Amino acid sequence: MNNDKIEQILNEHQGQAGALIKVLMEIQEENKWLPREVLVQVSEKLEVPLSRVLRIATIYKTFSLTPKGRYQVNICTGTACQVRGSQQVLEEVQKLTGIKPGETDPDMKFSLETVNCQGCCSLGPLVEIDGKTHGKTAPAEIADALKKYE
Amino acid sequence: MSEIIIQIDGREIAADEGMTVLEAAQKAGISIPTLCYLETLEPYGACRLCSVEVEVRGRTNLVAACLYPVEKDLIVRTRTEKVDRIRKVILELLLAHAPEARGLKMQEYAEEYGADKNRYEKEPSFCIQCGLCVRYCAEIKKKSAICFVNKGPSREIQFIPEIASKECWNCTECFPLCPTEYLQGVFVLTKALAFPSTPMGPSAE
Ligand code: SF4
Ligand code: FES
Repeated sequence: MNNDKIEQILNEHQGQAGALIKVLMEIQEENKWLPREVLVQVSEKLEVPLSRVLRIATIYKTFSLTPKGRYQVNICTGTACQVRGSQQVLEEVQKLTGIKPGETDPDMKFSLETVNCQGCCSLGPLVEIDGKTHGKTAPAEIADALKKYE
Repeated sequence: MSEIIIQIDGREIAADEGMTVLEAAQKAGISIPTLCYLETLEPYGACRLCSVEVEVRGRTNLVAACLYPVEKDLIVRTRTEKVDRIRKVILELLLAHAPEARGLKMQEYAEEYGADKNRYEKEPSFCIQCGLCVRYCAEIKKKSAICFVNKGPSREIQFIPEIASKECWNCTECFPLCPTEYLQGVFVLTKALAFPSTPMGPSAE
């Protein structure tokens, strides 16, 4: 956790209750998840009740209240990807990583999540690893793709 | 404030501008069932038990009386067959979550509207999401020790231990507001897990 960076984000928005979502997003981006202590800090710095911080932090899928792995794996389960076989890809990834959607492996390497349409259906089934999009993934190829991440 | 004449259940009623249909009806002694409404709090519109039929310029619509502002020539019907049926289903759905809810008026209403608590499959979440506890704590006590977390089917209330451990034991004013006893249950659980050593209740002073 990069405390200096988080502190900088908080200082920039001191007292700005309206910037709550923006601040949470920046911290999420920086730290990949939102630890409880940080939420308390956000509440104090922005002068927003902790209850509101928690409500916002739990309502959007963007925010994670549990630690995340180094690489985020998103598998699209939108209609087009579904038809093109995203379920098999998902099963293969689950088998390879040992985790289900919403979970993180014990080495903190991968976090798995299913997502909805990413807007490039012709590339389905779509897998996004650490921000990089892999299109037309076949279940057999996914092991190689995952191996590149350490 | 200018006076507005509206019609509720065939009676002419004088209401003030800015009033809701519910307030106008209550002033005239016409009762409309409510669960999530509390006079001292901002209207919230969560339970929809106060649904009534309104007619404006020949068009009828179903609205929540606790939110709907009065307007000139408004015609309100509080007990049509349709309204009664809607209230019955709402109660049945709520009772599926909290079949034994004793607080406030749940069982009385169930009887009045002939709601069958066994009609829908039980889904004992106990909380009916009226938001009374959350709003009372935020609006009246200004402590915000309780909040809603998550969304959709997993939405639930949560005491925030950081605040609750300091504020709640001297207050507990939200307990009797809860239409079910879920709130107290959650408090006891939070206390047991997060701050077990704090004394509880005014008697502990
Ligand atoms: S705990 Fe009780 S008062 Fe609070 S929202 Fe749920 S039903 Fe309403
Ligand atoms: S009392 Fe109007 S919606 Fe609950």
